[in-house]
Formats: sequence, structure tokens, C-alpha cells
Amino acid sequence: MTKLESSLLDLLKEDCRLPLEKLAVMTGASLEEVAETIESLEKRRIILRYSPVINWDLTDRDRVEAMIEVKVTPQRDMGFDAVAARIYRFDEVKSVYLMSGSYDLLVLVEARTLRDLASFVSAKLSTLELVTGTATSFVLKRYKEEGVIFEGEDSDRRLVISP
Amino acid sequence: MTYDRFLNAAVAAVPPSGIRRFFDLASTMKDTISLGVGEPDFKTPYHIRNSAINSLLDGETQYTPNRGLLSLRKEISIYLRNRFAVSYDPGEEILVTVGASEAIDLALRAMVSPGCEVLVPEPSYVSYSPSVIFAGGTPVGVVTREEDDFRLKPEYLEAAITDRTRVLILPYPNNPTGGIMERADLEALAPVIEKHDLMVISDEIYAELLYDGKEPASFAALPGMLPRTITINGFSKAFAMTGWRVGYACGPKDIITVMNKVHQYGIMCAPRMGQVAAEEALRQGRENGYEDVLTMRESYDRRRRLMVESFRSMGLHCFEPYGAFYVFPSIRSTGLSSEEFCSRLLMEKSVAAVPGNAFGACGEGNIRCCYATALDKLNIALDRIADFVQGLTKGESGK
Repeated sequence: MTKLESSLLDLLKEDCRLPLEKLAVMTGASLEEVAETIESLEKRRIILRYSPVINWDLTDRDRVEAMIEVKVTPQRDMGFDAVAARIYRFDEVKSVYLMSGSYDLLVLVEARTLRDLASFVSAKLSTLELVTGTATSFVLKRYKEEGVIFEGEDSDRRLVISP
Repeated sequence: MTYDRFLNAAVAAVPPSGIRRFFDLASTMKDTISLGVGEPDFKTPYHIRNSAINSLLDGETQYTPNRGLLSLRKEISIYLRNRFAVSYDPGEEILVTVGASEAIDLALRAMVSPGCEVLVPEPSYVSYSPSVIFAGGTPVGVVTREEDDFRLKPEYLEAAITDRTRVLILPYPNNPTGGIMERADLEALAPVIEKHDLMVISDEIYAELLYDGKEPASFAALPGMLPRTITINGFSKAFAMTGWRVGYACGPKDIITVMNKVHQYGIMCAPRMGQVAAEEALRQGRENGYEDVLTMRESYDRRRRLMVESFRSMGLHCFEPYGAFYVFPSIRSTGLSSEEFCSRLLMEKSVAAVPGNAFGACGEGNIRCCYATALDKLNIALDRIADFVQGLTKGESGK
């Protein structure tokens, strides 16, 4: 990765709505270079999507989240990847990670209600023939996500003016 | 009751800091975005904070030696050798102080006798001249100019020297201008220092914050200048440790010993937990290539470029600063004085900046804006300043 790519990723991670002009000024690159580099990052699937961090708790939308520890039987010639694919294709599943430790896959699931989520686990996830066990933990409160603190602003404690 | 009889006339006569009045005004305003700060927006890296907490939990709450923990002085010695190619003996040539400010104060008290003149390049940090006066000396301002990139030129230095001159304060990288002195610039001063038999207090607190590939240059690293230099540095700016108050002075044994005398009777030692944290900052930095510093510097550099470009696109002349975290744009074209500009900007647009004349009379016509502020806020502040400047020029053409 070039220095420009690395700088652009840092800046876009912080604020993906920064205009190209500002990105160019801040990285010291030309407008064309910045545009080409971002396009290349997108094409190479390094940048996958530009999406905001949302505090859903402040909206009126019903929403529950759970983290499910899943134990699976890896398949010959397929390993964990094929099992993971069977799981991540469900719309309810937001993220899937292969983990070290006492279970195999960590599955982040989102649903409208507790009942919807429970039925996803019992009807869809547990019934997969390769899944040997699940442990579901519900998210009670979100404090920080993607580096953003949700409650209690991380306030600036500096003096307004100092020498 | 009047206290004139009791007050030290010389101390009482020192005017309050030029930014004090402005501070009082700005602190009463709500929702102000402040570009008036003089410290990083980063918090001290977590592992550094944690080391201080652990030391407290482990009961490390006692005095340290006057000169500071030997282990910290050893780290400082290694750090200065690695980063600035200067060599100091941790036993007798390094003194840990309560911030770089105390180190400057001690150096002046140790070297200035009544009647001595101390040269202070301007614009510069607000404490130098008062500290010279408190030490009984006479501060003599040496004007630096924007057309010289605010560098101290040997001819200006030479012109300011009298037979009473003893000390030159060398404040680079500079607050408030962001100007720097590269090795060749420093080399040009050395013969003048030698010829007039002067000592140099080199305040290198911003030495880690250099941009665009500029190399750190320490005055003490020049041939023959080590015995003529008190190097001042600290942890506030490079490691985002302002509130910890840990700095240090390094120099010839004979001067450090006298500085230590003032330090010893005045305050004993810098607080132990700050020293522990400072040691962690240097030790970890040595092991990971100063990763914390590099990350912060890269982030400052992006914002620096944004600031310079934004002021220029407003039509204001803006000198390109290669050090510290300030820009010092000229607002002369608006027809306002620095104070008028900053007061109106604060009242009308809720953005705080510091009038340039707070840093010496020759700072008039400029304002100091610190870019150590979150990027989103910086962008809002720049938009507001652009609005303000546009409003001014429109108003004028309507007259």
C-alpha cells in the first residue's frame, strides 16, 4: 500500500464525505491522483462501502441485536468457509467471523424483535446440519462502535485559549 | 490598604499576558470552536496513562531525586542521542523539571544577573520576556520577519547584541508562527554566538513536530555549540502530555548544577507520577520507533495543509509553517487590527483565534490559529472564518 492510499483510508474512515478537493490538499496529492487512488481502492475491494455509524437507540425503530457463538463441524475439502457462507447468506446476519478459542464462528445478528431473533436461531441457524451448538448473547447497550463513543460526549477539556 | 510598599515593583510592572483578556472573553461564549489552544487535541496515549496509574497503585508516591528519576534521565539521554545527535550525561547534565516552562525559568535565573540583557526573538511564546524580568535581567526583542520565514538571521542577532548581552533564547520550531530553523540557519548563528561569548537557551519543545520531510536540528548538535547551549524540551507537545507538567533541561554540568539549586529549594522535584509516565513514553517510543509521535504528526500534517490552503483561498496571505501546530496568517488585507479581527470573529462567528500581537508587537497584523482540533470542527471553523472574511471585504466595497 502506498503512503497516499494509507492516508486516504485514514481520512475516509474518519469522514467519508470529505470532498476530493480537501482530500487532495490534506494529502498533498493532485485532485486526479486522489480520484484515481480512491477508484483503485474501490476496484480492488479495499474500500467496500461508505456507510455512517448510526445510534439506532435514538430512533423509534425496533431493533435487537445478538452475538451468537457457533460451533460447527468443518467439512472435508471445504473447511469453515463453506459453513460460514451458509450462515452469512441470511439477511439477518450482519457479520460473521472465524474465531480462535472455544467456538468457531461469531455471528452478529440483527432483527426487529426478540421473537424474530429467537426464531432465526432456532429455526434457521441451529437446524443447519453442520452446526453442532450455539450460545446466544443479546446486546443490551452499545457504548462505542467503529471508534465512536455513543453516550457522554468525549468532551474537549482544554482551555479555550492557552499560550 | 494599598500594597505598593510590599509588592516587588519590577514584578508588579510586568503586564498580564496579552491573551488573558481574550481568554476571559472567549470562556464566557457558548459553542465556540477554539483555534486558540496551545496543546494537542490527542489525549496522552493510553499505555502512558496506564503506567502512571500502575505506579500509583504500586505505591510509588514519594519524592524523587531533585534532578528527577535516574531511569528517566537515562531515557532522556538515549532519546536525545537517537533523535537529535546530542549527547548528555544523565548523572550531571540533565535536570527534570515541572514542564519546559520551569526549565526556561531556571536557566534564566541561573545565568542572568541584574543588568544582563537576554535576546528574545519575536513573535514568540509569551513567557520568555516576563521570565527574564523575574530573573532580574532585561529582555531585548529581536524582530523576525515573515519575508525571512520568521527565521532568526545572524545580521539581526548581531545588531541586537551589546556588551551586556549574555543569553539568546532560540524558540524553534516557533510558537506562534510555526517557523523553523534548519541546520544551515542555525550554523549561520554559531559564529555570532562564539564571537560575542553568549549562551543559548534552545527551546525545542516542538522539535518532534516538523513536516514535509524537514529534519530536526538541535543547536547543541552544531560543532562547538554543546558547551554554549541549554537544551530545553519536554513531553507536552510530542507526546500529548501537557497537563502532566514534565519537561527537562540539558546543558553543561556547571550551569545545570546552579539550575538544580533553584529547583531544589523551590520545588524539590517534578511530580513522580508524571516522571513515570514520561519514562514510559520514551521507553516505549524507543522500542516501537516513536509510533505515537509519528501517528500524531501525520494527523497534524494533513490539517496543516488544509489550514494553509483554506486561508490562502480566502485571499489571506498565509506563510507556510513547517513546525509546531500553528498557522499564522496575515489579516492586514482586511484592514482590521489583530485584536479587532479576533474579537469580531469570536463575537460574530464563535471562532476563537489569538491576536498575533500577544506574541510581541511585531505579531500585529497576524493571528495564531492552532490546528490541533478535530477535523470536522476545523472544517466548520474554516467555513465560518471564510464567511467572516468575505463579509468584511463585501462591507468595504459597499462603502
